[in-house]
Amino acid sequence: MSARDEILGRVRAALKDSPQVPQVPRGYRATSALDEEALIELLVDRLVDYKAQVTVVDTAEVPTRIAALLAGAQSYVVPAGLDTGWLAGVEYEPADGRRHLDSADTPLTVAELDGIDAVVTGSAVAVAETGTIILDGSPSQGRRAISLVPDHHICVVKATDIAGILPEALRRIDGTRPLTMISGPSATSDIELERVEGVHGPRKLDVIIAR
Amino acid sequence: MSQTFLGMPSLPVFGTGNLHASESFPKAAHRELGNAQLRANLGHATHTIRDKRLQVVSELPDWEQLRDAGSAIKESVMARLPELLEQFEKNFTARGGVIHWARDADEANEIVAGLIRETGETEAVKVKSMATQEIGLNEYLEEQGITALETDLAELIVQLDHDKPSHILVPAIHKNRSQVRDIFLREMPGADPALTDDPAKLAAAARTHLRRKFLTAKVAVSGANFALADSGTLAVVESEGNGRMCLTLPETLITVMGIEKLLPTWQDLEVFMQLLPRSSTGERMNPYTSLWTGVTEGDGPQNMHLVLLDNGRSAALADEMGRSALHCIRCSACMNVCPVYERTGGHAYGSTYPGPIGAILSPLMTGIQAEENSSLPYASSLCGACYDACPVKINIPDILVHLRGVDVDSKRGKKKIPTQMDAGMKAASWALSSGKRLGLLEKGLPLGRLAAGPDKKITKLPGIAAGWTQSRDIPAPPPQSFRTWWANEHRGPDPEGGPMPSHNKGDQQ
Repeated sequence: MSARDEILGRVRAALKDSPQVPQVPRGYRATSALDEEALIELLVDRLVDYKAQVTVVDTAEVPTRIAALLAGAQSYVVPAGLDTGWLAGVEYEPADGRRHLDSADTPLTVAELDGIDAVVTGSAVAVAETGTIILDGSPSQGRRAISLVPDHHICVVKATDIAGILPEALRRIDGTRPLTMISGPSATSDIELERVEGVHGPRKLDVIIAR
Repeated sequence: MSQTFLGMPSLPVFGTGNLHASESFPKAAHRELGNAQLRANLGHATHTIRDKRLQVVSELPDWEQLRDAGSAIKESVMARLPELLEQFEKNFTARGGVIHWARDADEANEIVAGLIRETGETEAVKVKSMATQEIGLNEYLEEQGITALETDLAELIVQLDHDKPSHILVPAIHKNRSQVRDIFLREMPGADPALTDDPAKLAAAARTHLRRKFLTAKVAVSGANFALADSGTLAVVESEGNGRMCLTLPETLITVMGIEKLLPTWQDLEVFMQLLPRSSTGERMNPYTSLWTGVTEGDGPQNMHLVLLDNGRSAALADEMGRSALHCIRCSACMNVCPVYERTGGHAYGSTYPGPIGAILSPLMTGIQAEENSSLPYASSLCGACYDACPVKINIPDILVHLRGVDVDSKRGKKKIPTQMDAGMKAASWALSSGKRLGLLEKGLPLGRLAAGPDKKITKLPGIAAGWTQSRDIPAPPPQSFRTWWANEHRGPDPEGGPMPSHNKGDQQ
């Protein structure tokens, strides 16, 4: 008998008492009632608590803000589908090799990504209550590797993409896409259960909330 | 030790691997309690995490509703397990993944080693995983000439120190910061001799040590926190980014997961992703969670394997009273609040799964008679703190009591000569089955007073009862029993019993 059939057989035999399938009580919150300003305020509070740096700007100011955050970066990578308007404030000289474009068709190698200082991406949805940003691999966010290997992640969150609580956020996305949920920069609690920020993932997370 | 009931069609088939206590819990605990440094480290860490957990849990107005939902979802997963496994298999396979089924630890190890060998590699990076710890994968791979490199900071500390994990979430919880620094200086090639014991500096040293490995690894091995049956999606919940590195950069990803980890639908994730981070690290959300559904062209590993592991889970499922132990999402809240774990640490439990959940899960998976696992259900004062903390409401105290019964039943009739416990129980049964007999025995109370002597304490009981007086005294018994006192007081003319007497000297010692 194959291992598969044997294991399924064992499981069926284990359930020979035919246990009842219970109704799942879903009395927990499914929605929140915060307005946009309150959502922004809560998200900022939670992100700051996890040592991310956050700025809230009008959509028109996003390019200026990105340019300022990239000032110290020798090089940066952006997904090919990023809103080009967002980079309008960054001085662009094709010959200097400072800006790298990445896509599934023309991916940078891991070694190339390792040599790049920063990455700029958009985001799919954010959760105010938990300070979480979800990337789903859409064109504005690109392959998972680009928001992982560079040490500085600059992430733009549109105010309209902020959900109050996790159930609201998960209902807005397609669970079968490659998803990364990010809550602050990488961290560990492995030494004496005290949280310290900055391990293998980007050690610096800058979030720009655009309203 | 694997046990199969020959002649039976299939059940129960117990698990193998690192699931056993090789010495009895009291013996191991006694040794561990002698380590003052260990106790100080554990006390500090468990109290830190308790406070954090309480704070973030109290922030949620619907915490109890989330626990109720989580408990019911897991109960329905167990009741529907065959159907959900088949549904998951279909969806995962349709998205380009390959499923392997493993009956026990040995079979899982062979499958993983074979898959790594097929890639031509001799090294794999690993994301922390309880399932691979349970099957002893690292040791097996080493025998096969394959190096498995742990990348989670605490696992790395344990691996560098040639030690064993003592906690399911923070395997190096028994080490403090200066011990970690010493391990790094001793075992990490190229570690800066000026390295301090600042946790941030230690984390940075781990980053430098592992960076090159992440960027060049071709194969990764991971566990999984959740698997969604309706889509074939897998989830890994982590903090450091080592998980993302392993799940994203290599060409081949091999995930090892117990069959009980399924959730029926995407919607169920909204419950568990609220319960797990707050219960485990006391955070509103863990820094990183990765979710993937089979192979995504151009993004992440292109060869995706999943090993579905039984290894005693079906045996636990067959125990109607104990099966809810399989609801466990490995958050570790139960061990962080346990007064026994806090003092003995995780090594005393022998198994990969320590603490209250381990005390039920290990004997359920291996069978109560495996090595010293019958001592584990007694590793508890039954205070119930674990039940209160459990995000999926596993009634651990009830299952502990159930397993104590299983233990006693399994030993019944095996020995020709009755044990002291048997004799004691027989005597108690005789005495307690009739008021007259009990009254007769109570006439012996003054003897107890005599034994207590002038300091009115009994400091040493004979035989197996000596365990009770090992660390506490028994006060001298009263001169008369309550029944005698009551009879004396109510011998008077009032047939109703009258008012309570004001001078009840009888119950004073």
